[in-house]
Amino acid sequence: MEWVNKMTALNWVTISPLMPEIFTAVAGLLLLLVGALRGKSSVPFILSAVLVTFFVASCFLFFGYSDVRPLDTMGGMVVVDGFSKWMRLIIFDGLIVSTLLLVTWLKDSQMYKFEIPILYLLSGVGMLFMVSANNFLALYVSLELSSLSLYVLAAINRDRLDSTEAGLKYFILGALSSGLLLFGISLIYGFTGSLSFAEVGGILSQMEMPAGAMVGMAFVLAGLIFKISGVPFHMWTPDVYQGAPTPVTALFAIVPKVAAFGLIIRLLTGPFLSLHEQAAQILIFVSVASMVVGAYAGLAQENFKRLMAYSSISNMGYALLGLLSGQPEGVAAVILYLMVYMVMVAGVFAVLMGLKRQGHAIENISDFAGLGKSSPLMAYSLVALLFSMSGIPPLAGFFAKLFIFQAAVAGGFFTVAVIGVLASVVASYYYLRVIKVMLFDEPIGEFDHDCSYSRKVVMVGAVAFIIIFTFVPNYLLDQAQLAASSLFQ
Amino acid sequence: MLEISLFHYLTLAAILFTMGVFGIFLNRKNVIVILMSIELMLLAVNINFVAFSSFLHDLGGQVFTMFILTVAAAEAAIGLAILVSFFRNKGSIAVEDISSLKG
Repeated sequence: MEWVNKMTALNWVTISPLMPEIFTAVAGLLLLLVGALRGKSSVPFILSAVLVTFFVASCFLFFGYSDVRPLDTMGGMVVVDGFSKWMRLIIFDGLIVSTLLLVTWLKDSQMYKFEIPILYLLSGVGMLFMVSANNFLALYVSLELSSLSLYVLAAINRDRLDSTEAGLKYFILGALSSGLLLFGISLIYGFTGSLSFAEVGGILSQMEMPAGAMVGMAFVLAGLIFKISGVPFHMWTPDVYQGAPTPVTALFAIVPKVAAFGLIIRLLTGPFLSLHEQAAQILIFVSVASMVVGAYAGLAQENFKRLMAYSSISNMGYALLGLLSGQPEGVAAVILYLMVYMVMVAGVFAVLMGLKRQGHAIENISDFAGLGKSSPLMAYSLVALLFSMSGIPPLAGFFAKLFIFQAAVAGGFFTVAVIGVLASVVASYYYLRVIKVMLFDEPIGEFDHDCSYSRKVVMVGAVAFIIIFTFVPNYLLDQAQLAASSLFQ
Repeated sequence: MLEISLFHYLTLAAILFTMGVFGIFLNRKNVIVILMSIELMLLAVNINFVAFSSFLHDLGGQVFTMFILTVAAAEAAIGLAILVSFFRNKGSIAVEDISSLKG
């Protein structure tokens, strides 16, 4: 009997740090069963169960295992440390918020499909494992778990051409990117003889000129840059944002990028640490190109969802700036930036989903006219959020950008930082144009009254966050620095 | 007689992979061909993995291959499902018809 006790104790040690993921995955499978047995009538139950699951799992995470030092579990496949804890908390918050945005939409648009919340949940499991991957196999499988769920979600409104087309485009380009990623992994495996992050990092640091592994790294980064929609792999973003149903677009904008960024950070600080100079070359190009393309291509957009796509492209460019120096301060700035960006985007989408005329959702920017008069709360919330996104001083977006530029300048990347600042000036034009149309243009008809409480909670919460952040920026920065420092031990 | 070395396997895999990538970008006719090209890319990667695995005497690469095959099957299923629903709405699977979203 003694060995049984030993076994369970051992398993508990390895499993307990992963309780949030295991809980979420098991809940997902059970809910799928409920949905399959009960059909359409189970949608409200499954939706609330998914919300509760996210909440309970994030409580497990918050109050559970809290050692910031790295701990390998599952035979070295997964690592749990301060960084993964913090990133998983951000992902859980993003998932909760995007599920809240889903609540009223399912009823309004008559989409009684129980698969939608469950796909949110399964893609969430993939993203949770992405930020704690410690092996290229775990990286690949978790990335695919989240991507495959997201392909289906993009095409979930299957009676509409734009949704299915968005799904198809996302799928084709996503499969291409995972092909690139895999080819890179195979080269790294061949030239180092290992799939574990730690071993690959150790072997690469002893090699003089690991040319094959460098090519492999370039392929892996290309595959991941696709996931964060960095230029030159950004082509899918505007189409998918525009075509996918709006809450799904909100999910795309809020969570998967955080997870993919977590993965990039983990790779750059782990296996590819000794190749940082070469990686920085790639990142500089992607970062500058993303900031510039995102800023200029956004100027001509009429569709608000498309505009948000270009905005996300340029924002990912800023976030990449923080990684150039390869220092803990830079990584902390990136974590903070992702968090602030996520909150702002969630707020913007909460407002966008509440805008309707005669039951029809509004997506064109010119249709925002008159919002300032008909519903001042939404209009001024959007004003605050867009000011914050364009980086106007007292709000959270300004501080997030400031920390990023500080990190880039501290690493000696002056030119790139200046280009970033200039691009953010250009990009602020399209944010300000939305504000101008909303507040000063002639109204072109009445807006429907938005009676969704869940959307209002998200909107008010986001605005409160970006304002309160101004007064206590250091608390979150300290947390982010703690998380980042666990990667550099 | 020609000895088949690791280099030959890698060259074959690289050629197949490039064919897959070009199949996606140069193909202007049919989405099914794109799905086939994706499959070709993944299988080229599998050749790489198995070749390295046997060369390094390490099982990790072959385990990875099994995972790639499984995920590729799931990916193909999802891709075809999306393609079917696209065909229902559009009545065509020609690549040039996937163009209602642009700007």
